[in-house]
Amino acid sequence: MKTMKKILIHFIALAVCVFVFSSTVTAAKSPPLKGAILPEINLAVPVKDSDRSYLGLPTSGFFKIPQIKARVVIIEIFSMYCPHCQGDAPDVNKLYNMIEGNPKLKNKVKLIGIGAGNSSYEVEVFAKTYHIPFPLFADMDYSIHKVLGEVRTPYFIGIKINNDGTHRIFYSKLGGVDNPDQFLDLMLRLSGVK
Amino acid sequence: MKKSNCFSVLLGIVLIFLLGITSSYGLSDAFKDNIYHPENLKPTDSVLKVKIGDRAPDFSLPAVSGGKIFLSRYLGKKNVVISFVPAAWTPVCSDQWPGYNIVKGLFNKNDAILLGITVDNIPTLFAWTNQMGDLWFPVLSDFWPHGRVADTYGVLRSDGVTERALFIIDKKGIIRYIDVHDINKRPRLESIIRELENLNK
Repeated sequence: MKTMKKILIHFIALAVCVFVFSSTVTAAKSPPLKGAILPEINLAVPVKDSDRSYLGLPTSGFFKIPQIKARVVIIEIFSMYCPHCQGDAPDVNKLYNMIEGNPKLKNKVKLIGIGAGNSSYEVEVFAKTYHIPFPLFADMDYSIHKVLGEVRTPYFIGIKINNDGTHRIFYSKLGGVDNPDQFLDLMLRLSGVK
Repeated sequence: MKKSNCFSVLLGIVLIFLLGITSSYGLSDAFKDNIYHPENLKPTDSVLKVKIGDRAPDFSLPAVSGGKIFLSRYLGKKNVVISFVPAAWTPVCSDQWPGYNIVKGLFNKNDAILLGITVDNIPTLFAWTNQMGDLWFPVLSDFWPHGRVADTYGVLRSDGVTERALFIIDKKGIIRYIDVHDINKRPRLESIIRELENLNK
């Protein structure tokens, strides 16, 4: 009887521990949904001055994506190892250039990339190979990839940031940019930003 | 809390932590829904038969692009990186060589060639590597006699696939680096490049 009690106590202790900790380390069941907000993601402020200035961030520390100084942030989940991301890179660059080349959009719409399972070195290789002009962030241990529902790559998420600092996801979809003109139109239409 | 209960809690945390880590990998949409997802596998399941400093056993294997590749053809000419990956159409493997495919310049800079090897047959490798774009390096089939080269190096697992293993062989044919990696995880690109740079110092 005593042994049974001991086993039961061990089982309960284990069950409690699974309940408490599993929510913090297991993957989200689905990608972020349209209309919802982003899960908690902390990114290191970029080292490069130009990246910090582009995102309107302070000089060091960590930040959350809705703290980026913009009305719309387009987030690409990519991997250096993903052939589709490699093939789509020139179109994503075109998208960036179209935004930066338009005075009405330049300070309103920003682009960032998150390298799922990529180290800083691997992200840098991708940036150099494809001359990526916007900030890329490493997610070496897949921790961001996990909270985003372990999406396949490339995957794009668009968020609209409100004046009070709150935000909403207006786009969340698997697949590349493919056609930068159409993609930008879609982002502007769905976000309502002109 | 009693010692034994503490142990249960700690065991639970460790188990969750390990499960959390090992189940994660990215996957390119290039392969659509054609990737078979095995359970987490035993990290390594073979015993190396070569060591650093040994002369690399020579081999010849058929290439997907046609003809046979002899390891010895690179003697005195190129450093060689051999990348064994376990199997075509599996998650981590499908997201490994496409990364190497964009760093031809880094291999050239270090006077190195890459040889990709699996124990799949040529038609399977042809269909699989076609999803990766035009690969600049030879992809070799160690299908028949099944896994003979992998076994010679000691990286053939008990279920007939290979380890996720890297060997770096210098121009004199000497093995200078071995990484029999956890089969569930992709080795870091920087590890390979760092070792190649060390060869050229």
